[in-house]
Amino acid sequence: MLDRHANDVLGFLIAAVGPQDAEDCFQETFLAALRGYPKLGDDGNLRGWLLTIAHHKAIDHHRGRGRRATPSGEGPEVAVAGPEPGSGIWGAVAGLPPKQRTAVALRFACDMPHREIAAALDCSEDAARRNVHEGVKKLREVLA
Amino acid sequence: MNRKTDSVLRELVDGPPEDAVVAARGRFARVADEAGLLDVAYAREDSPFGPILLAATGLGLVMVSLPAQEPDTALRRLSSEVSPRVIEAPARLDNVRRELDLYFSGRLREFDLPLDWQLTAGFRRRVLRATARIPYGETRSYTEMARRAGNQRAQRAAGSALGSNPIPIVVPCHRVLRSGGALGGYGGGPAMKEALLELEGSA
Repeated sequence: MLDRHANDVLGFLIAAVGPQDAEDCFQETFLAALRGYPKLGDDGNLRGWLLTIAHHKAIDHHRGRGRRATPSGEGPEVAVAGPEPGSGIWGAVAGLPPKQRTAVALRFACDMPHREIAAALDCSEDAARRNVHEGVKKLREVLA
Repeated sequence: MNRKTDSVLRELVDGPPEDAVVAARGRFARVADEAGLLDVAYAREDSPFGPILLAATGLGLVMVSLPAQEPDTALRRLSSEVSPRVIEAPARLDNVRRELDLYFSGRLREFDLPLDWQLTAGFRRRVLRATARIPYGETRSYTEMARRAGNQRAQRAAGSALGSNPIPIVVPCHRVLRSGGALGGYGGGPAMKEALLELEGSA
């Protein structure tokens, strides 16, 4: 029943960490979910819960990357599945501040309501709405 | 909103490319298996009667869901009655798929597959275990199966045990007919029951 949500999770992770690292985060997300799954009741919000785990994996990923201080640019050797590099789209989303990036990814890649985005980000619904709004505004500026 | 931003958001909304999702799920089946977290592997398979769904645990084949049955219902049942760790992992069902292919083409008369009986218990399980021993090309009556399960008068219960068979085809409930030879019911529909009997040369 978990893999019904594979689309949303991968979509979110591509937006959150970029196409080349999304798959690793995807594997970690689903492993963590499998380990924790029996604790979740049948009626729980499986998708919201999975995306929250994915969100945490994305944060871990960015922290790890920060420590290693590797450049975040999309090298030409990167040819992993996902929209072609150089379109600037993923670079632009990845360049957003973390909360805005997550909010934008959850809102548009996962079609998630602001209430659930707020739960995933552990903030108020207003703050979630603001993060989506600011994120889209910044995307407009970057891509204008 | 300008056109360029629109296209950004549309790409996000469209989601990841299909092949990326397939690749990620395929790799996850292996990763989960290696981590010992794959409790139920399932595969969707084509059959001469339409798509079927096969599921196996570490013990063996636990479910065959026929074309007439809803795959989602089967997956929900596996998730609630066996384990929520249900993952599409066709490689774990290679043997089952190979034997079924041979059977459907008339080149296999006896399945040699480990079975997991956990979706059935008690009298029902006894009926189904006896059913598993009915030879290819032969048929039995409901009364006979009730008797073999230890209660000759429980032919209705035997009928409902066969109707609840979680592993049809491999546990050949299609070989059980009404006394007098009438076809009786079948989870995959009467036409499929008849076709299987014909395949085995006993129609």
